[in-house]
Amino acid sequence: MYVADTRTRPAGPGTTPGLPAPPPATRAPASRTPSDLARRAVPATVLILGAVSLITDVSAEMVTAVLPLYLVTGLGLSPLGFGLLDGIYNGASALVRLVGGHLADRGRRYKSMAVLGYGLSALCKPALLIAHSVAGISAVLAVDRTGKGLRTAPRDAMISLAAPPEAQGRSFGVHRAMDTAGALLGPVVAFVVMRAAADGFDAVFTVSFCIAATGVVVLLLFVPGRGPAPAAVLSPEDAVPGDPMPADSMPAEPGPAEPGPVSLRAAMGLLGGRELRRLTLCALVLGLATVSDSFLYLMLQRDLDLSVEWFPLLPLGTSASFLLLAIPLGRAADRFGRWAVFLAGHGGLLIAYGLVLAPVRGAALPIGVLVLHGAFYAATDGVLMAAAAGSVPARLRSSGLALVQTGQAGARFACSLMFGAAWTAWGDHTALAVAAAALAACTVAAAALRPARSAPDQGRQPCP
Amino acid sequence: MPVSVRVRLGVLLAVVVVLAGVATAAVVHASGRAASRADDQAGGPAVRAGQISLTATAGGGAAAGERLVFRTMGWGPHRDELVSVPAADPAGPRTASGVRCLRFHAAGGTGICLRRAPGVVGESYRAVVLDAALHDRRDFPLGGIPTRSRVSPSGRMVAWTVFVGGDSYADSSSFSTRTSILDTRTWRLDGSLEDYRIVRDGRTYRSPDTNFWGVTFADDTHFYATLATGGQTYLVRGDVTARTVTTLRSNVECPSLSPDGTRLAFKKRVAGLPADAPWRLTVLDLRTMRETALAERRNVDDQALWLDGRTLAYALPGDYGSDLWTVPADGGGSPRRLTTAALAPAVVG
Repeated sequence: MYVADTRTRPAGPGTTPGLPAPPPATRAPASRTPSDLARRAVPATVLILGAVSLITDVSAEMVTAVLPLYLVTGLGLSPLGFGLLDGIYNGASALVRLVGGHLADRGRRYKSMAVLGYGLSALCKPALLIAHSVAGISAVLAVDRTGKGLRTAPRDAMISLAAPPEAQGRSFGVHRAMDTAGALLGPVVAFVVMRAAADGFDAVFTVSFCIAATGVVVLLLFVPGRGPAPAAVLSPEDAVPGDPMPADSMPAEPGPAEPGPVSLRAAMGLLGGRELRRLTLCALVLGLATVSDSFLYLMLQRDLDLSVEWFPLLPLGTSASFLLLAIPLGRAADRFGRWAVFLAGHGGLLIAYGLVLAPVRGAALPIGVLVLHGAFYAATDGVLMAAAAGSVPARLRSSGLALVQTGQAGARFACSLMFGAAWTAWGDHTALAVAAAALAACTVAAAALRPARSAPDQGRQPCP
Repeated sequence: MPVSVRVRLGVLLAVVVVLAGVATAAVVHASGRAASRADDQAGGPAVRAGQISLTATAGGGAAAGERLVFRTMGWGPHRDELVSVPAADPAGPRTASGVRCLRFHAAGGTGICLRRAPGVVGESYRAVVLDAALHDRRDFPLGGIPTRSRVSPSGRMVAWTVFVGGDSYADSSSFSTRTSILDTRTWRLDGSLEDYRIVRDGRTYRSPDTNFWGVTFADDTHFYATLATGGQTYLVRGDVTARTVTTLRSNVECPSLSPDGTRLAFKKRVAGLPADAPWRLTVLDLRTMRETALAERRNVDDQALWLDGRTLAYALPGDYGSDLWTVPADGGGSPRRLTTAALAPAVVG
């Protein structure tokens, strides 16, 4: 927090408009030295974005928790038709993410895009009160997801631009932990409201809207606006004296060409950079061997003959593990290298697959699998963004992160389709064994593909 | 230009106060509305407490002859309870049992009641097997929201279907179903029909996206149901002993077998209808495999019930949530409202 303060303050008179001072609560005691704090603290902006995500996720997961019940008992609809829309919308969602990422880079409108994205999702909650048909609810859910797609890359760009290079992993870890905490709280809040309102779904949706609106207001009031603040943190000319690695902030930027174009072509040209291309390729290859959560839960449930009451708790196990491990593994990424932690996360997933396939059974097995599954998310979700941030120039940060996210999401979707086909052809165990073999191969390939430490631009890599 | 932190915190506080007020008002309003539902609604069906029996002889004071038992949806102290009406006077006064169910079916003196059981940190549901006097015999946890239930004609076998929410982490908007079959003589429970062997075109078929719903029993071993996989629905004939299901025909959902076992009423997805109202009630003759469209032209999303060999009953949305309607099974006639504020009927006695 303090680090962010000192970095943003000297940015000069031209950069102060719209730049708010951090809330007093987040200001560190003056007695500590900046370098001391750099090891522990995360920038205020990251904490605020984390709070916005937490609040928004409480709101979103409230709706998710009651939606099936609302459809069946509230509206008397068959929810089975909803799954069909998913595949179609997946493609559109990827496009929205790229567009959101690109638009945010133009004129550094990260905050505006984030406000648009969070705002759209917030407005969807009262819209649920009006939409009473499958088509109407599908449309609302599609807009909700559009909002999510629009805001993700700009928000991650803001996190990466606000955090010093050596604290990227930790900052993303803190954000993801707060985000997941919100996701875990949401269903509890929904249940409390349902109890108090005697099954009033309209009350749940209204409360959800109020919470989402609070998130948007926090974002509007406390996150620094357009450009200067985050840019000041990382652009080389503004680097604070004493910063351990000043030049690291612009790793892939060839020379001091900072005010370069923010065109669509420039965004696509990012893939011309070897660093980001390899990273994206690796994320893509690994994504191709990442079996979707629902398949894993389905296999756990079938294999262990879990009581139906326990089945809804499986995703909670993953989330809890993700929540607890996001910060430690983010710190580990800063210390031991983001790529190493990212690969180790996939190693953990591989062990989880192995546990499901192994002939051993027992109560500890699902716990072990879920802990590893959560660890996989903790070691890959924010860490990939932290790694990618180091390979994308600040002016194209949002576009670059969107590119990596989209590549990974697309690969995971393709994996779902292939895994489904493999299951149909060979049965669930063989399919998972094949996926595990593919994951092992992809992990090895990704480790090999990683640019050598001696690469010319490696010296700019903040914290490999 | 920059607004001070104090001002911004003030703005946030003001916004939070307003939003908290809105949220509280919404909860209070909903809670008050629920309270008013405990009062009898003017114009709603008359209900009085009494005793219900699922057989013709048992149960003191129950009217003789055929009766309809269903979940009453009208507001009032007996909301959501199982009620009984004479089959000859379905819109007449209702006798309420005090037993609450979301879904219900009965045959051969056995009832199946899918019931809500609020847990500590979330909703949970239970499938309760009822005896002829509507007392709980045994109950089982459910993994999702109840939607269909059936009892075999003898009263021995019971089946139910629940909606299971997709895991919220990956994609929150995908749903699946889980269908279970229970033998009430041995209490053997087949938790999911997805564990049965699926035979399609003479060969074993498997896929992660299989979903079953809407069981209807032919006898204590054989049943029909809907299987969905790969974006297609199938009518399957199942065998509880062999643990197999065999696909017979596509585009058949929620089958309901006629009392003589020769015809299936089902909801058929008709091309060209709106995506949110795609179903037409249809009858399939199992000997000729000929389909007959029924006179009901509205979208029916229910597993129909045969009142006798010629008439089908089904639920449609109504002023109290749902009404029961009837239509002749031969394609002639026209739909008629059987009674208002009712769901999940069964013929007993």
